Amino acid sequence: MKKDEGFVTDIETMGLVDGPGMRLVLFLSGCPLRCVYCHNPETWKLSDYTKTLSSQNVLELYNKFKVYYGESGGVTFSGGEPLVQADFVLTCAKLLKQNNIHTALDTSGSVSGDFSNLLDYIDLVILDIKAVEDDEYKKICGKTPENFKKFLTVCQQKNKKLWLRQVIVPNINDDDKHIKSLANYIKNIKNVEKVELLPYHSLAKSKYEKLNIPYRLNSTPDMDKQKCAQLEKKLKQLLNIS
Amino acid sequence: MEKNQNEWNGFVGEDWKNSIDVSGFIDQNYTEYTGDEGFLAPKSQKTTAVWDKCKKLLEKENKKGGCLNVETNILSGITAFKPGYIDKKNEVIVGLQTDAPLKRIVNMYGGTKIALKALEAHGYKLNPEVQKHFIAYRKTHNDGVFDAYTPIIRRARKNGLLTGLPDGYGRGRIIGDYRRIALYGIDRLIEEKQKDQQQNFLDEDNLEENIRLREEVSEQIRALNQIKEMAKSYGYDISRPAKNAQEAIQWSYFGYLAGAKENNGAATSMGRDATFFDIYIERDLKNGTLTEIEAQELVDQFVIKLRLIRHLRTPEYDELFAGDPTWVTESLAGMFDDKHSFVTKSSFRFLHTLENLDPSAEPNLTVLWSKNLPMAFKKYASKISIRTDSIQYEGDDTMRPLYGHDYAISCCVSSMKEGKQMQFFGARCNLAKSLLYAINGGYDEISGMKVIDGVEKIDDEVLDYQKVRKNYSKILKTIAKIYVDANNIIHYMHDKYAYEASQMALHDTHVERLMAFGVAGFSCAADSLSAIKYAKVTPIRNKDNIATDFKIEGEFPKFGNDDSRVDDIAVELIQEFYDCLKQHKLYRNAKATLSLLTITSNVMYGLKTGSTPDGRKAGQAFAPGANPMHGRDCSGALCSLNSVAKIPFANCCQDGVSNTFSIVPSALGHDEKEQISNLVNIIDGYFIQGAQHINVNVLNRELLIDAMNNPYKYPNLTIRVSGYAVNFNKLDRAHQEEVIARTFHEKR
Repeated sequence: MKKDEGFVTDIETMGLVDGPGMRLVLFLSGCPLRCVYCHNPETWKLSDYTKTLSSQNVLELYNKFKVYYGESGGVTFSGGEPLVQADFVLTCAKLLKQNNIHTALDTSGSVSGDFSNLLDYIDLVILDIKAVEDDEYKKICGKTPENFKKFLTVCQQKNKKLWLRQVIVPNINDDDKHIKSLANYIKNIKNVEKVELLPYHSLAKSKYEKLNIPYRLNSTPDMDKQKCAQLEKKLKQLLNIS
Repeated sequence: MEKNQNEWNGFVGEDWKNSIDVSGFIDQNYTEYTGDEGFLAPKSQKTTAVWDKCKKLLEKENKKGGCLNVETNILSGITAFKPGYIDKKNEVIVGLQTDAPLKRIVNMYGGTKIALKALEAHGYKLNPEVQKHFIAYRKTHNDGVFDAYTPIIRRARKNGLLTGLPDGYGRGRIIGDYRRIALYGIDRLIEEKQKDQQQNFLDEDNLEENIRLREEVSEQIRALNQIKEMAKSYGYDISRPAKNAQEAIQWSYFGYLAGAKENNGAATSMGRDATFFDIYIERDLKNGTLTEIEAQELVDQFVIKLRLIRHLRTPEYDELFAGDPTWVTESLAGMFDDKHSFVTKSSFRFLHTLENLDPSAEPNLTVLWSKNLPMAFKKYASKISIRTDSIQYEGDDTMRPLYGHDYAISCCVSSMKEGKQMQFFGARCNLAKSLLYAINGGYDEISGMKVIDGVEKIDDEVLDYQKVRKNYSKILKTIAKIYVDANNIIHYMHDKYAYEASQMALHDTHVERLMAFGVAGFSCAADSLSAIKYAKVTPIRNKDNIATDFKIEGEFPKFGNDDSRVDDIAVELIQEFYDCLKQHKLYRNAKATLSLLTITSNVMYGLKTGSTPDGRKAGQAFAPGANPMHGRDCSGALCSLNSVAKIPFANCCQDGVSNTFSIVPSALGHDEKEQISNLVNIIDGYFIQGAQHINVNVLNRELLIDAMNNPYKYPNLTIRVSGYAVNFNKLDRAHQEEVIARTFHEKR
């Protein structure tokens, strides 16, 4: 058995946006993708962690704040890409489920491997759909969507509840055509509880400078929040969900 | 025919008729409301007319530098002033402190010097005849106190070890049970007080107390008669009980008003009235004699009156308690027992005044929160908090086991059983400066004066935790004694020279007394100890060998991060100080209580304190109340709350633990619906851990900076500071900057 140890870049004890209710969100280090708009470049390398935690530590941390989380909250594994540390996430999720704690996985699904056992212990998958078209997917994150598609298929086989997300970037996917094709794509996915469009922002630029990594969207403006909200509304209308 | 049959028609229960027992009356007659805010009515035309006039007056007051007018020919007193009105034909609740709105009273009984200084500061002069005679013939509280103060109290005061002591003006913090007037009428209250005076022979074992109390009860009876007379000048006969909702509110308000005419205490709180009033409102609604819009009109207009309460203050006072606060605290909700709450439709109506009449700092609306309050009410309160930043929350499940279910909050966080307990307000002592005294052998780091004897100076190059901590314990013991002595003297003299007869008349004759001590610089002291323990702290000493700065090498845990290494130090410190205080005998057998509440005096205390071992530089502000030092609670909002929640309330900080919590709206959720439900969860979680108080601000720092630079854009911007709310524009620059420097919990 692998060592019960997770590498973490940050911990949000009052997570209000990554899953239902108020949650403990663990940002795990390591990500195989290099998305153009990534706002957490400091989490790319597995070795970029600031802290290590055991599953017991995670449970203790949750317990410290469970009075705030109430019945609607839980724990979300985010990143980086949490599937990079799938063994740790599995150990953790098992322990959390033994304690009746809601678990969510915030992922791109774009990692190779068999995650069906892990998904048995995950209540909600928050899945990032980088792009619908293969070439666009690759353009955005540098990888083909093969693993993503496999992961989605397993989620569907296991009837996992899904929240679907997409980052909207000006001049890349902020037009009606994209929204329509995204809607058509999502229509074929079942168990979708929520769809969210996240407006791209350039706040991470300084992080790139610090890390000496070239920033690729220098000439792209921030996504207008209102316009993004309109697109989200449109998407929801097309999908007939609220 | 049964007495008061008309007034009490429809009310159930007998016990409360036989003795003065408002609480018993409420228990048997109130109707809990578990629904939502859908029933609420907008403000009436009359209210609109009255409020519009007030808004103009308030604007005028602001333009004049904060004081619109002062009555300079007459001194304070229950019946001293002619009736005054804002807009007589539209006022459904009447009564002003003087004969005109926002015209302030000169109260000389607390101290002549301060009263005259306040007059001068605002450009007024007291009628010279009045002044001459008062000074010639009347000794004041302030005179008495300084006749008795010991040399060491004077030194402690002068050096800012003790600050804000109520030794030159009214002590405040006393809440009369004003509801008694409405339920029983003044005559019955006088009758009961007369019964208490029937004793024929004095108790020689308690001679002084016995004589004092007899004199006081006679003064109380005189005050009750004066309240009746004052009400009569407004055309109301309050000798009998109130017979409808308008009268219930009006009668109670006359009681409060008498206290605000007679006294000028820093905090003069209202009590816990909404659910009491609701019984009368419900009865009238049922009888068809009142509509919802009229019920809201009564509450709105009562609240308008409370918003106009003013006292004449000096600039020094304003520095300590910024923004002209009066702490007309009104406590709402709370639980009757584990299952049933005191939430009524009127609890909603009171919160709704913040929508009908714009956000406001006063009255200081305080929700007594319990995990078992009806969800609809929790959500409504959270919504109003998010929209107005004007509500504070206090843990009912924390306080109710100690104070029963009919307590009210005085000032910011002080709980007292209504009509059964009174409080001797004791200001606060500077814990961070005390620590410097422990290092500097009792010498003050700023004046260089030796304030406390018997503690050796620490000469080590690097501070040793055990050694400093041992000295600190010695210092705390001595300071507790000085502090107790000061308060014993203050309250002895206050009772003698500035007795609050009208407020005490609305208490039981035999009351329980609490002496409310307080501390400032709590988190600064805890962090300083943590720095000495976990980092390397080297004092930098001046030529007199007094440490005036510190070099800090290495990391140390800071209070506010849910880190037990420092949180335990903090808890141990405050428990130790309380234990030192409670060793002493207190005036009139009062019980010692302690608060972590600075109001805005954290700025002034910081100004008077040299650099501390935690890295805070000389003159920099402390954090308010029990808050972590600004910007040091960096592990997230909940960690910060968890640290504060560890501070024990029962048998330690039983006078309150104030926490001011600021969060930016986007960190609280995407939309208002989400923000409301998340705020409910946060408040629930905080209080479930036994916490006592939280101020909630949901706003952006950028907004405050803009408001500081462009005040005209935000005439009604109200924020919670420490135990109370203020209009942001009424704060001076130093206080505004301090508020902006505080930790705003953001999305990370």
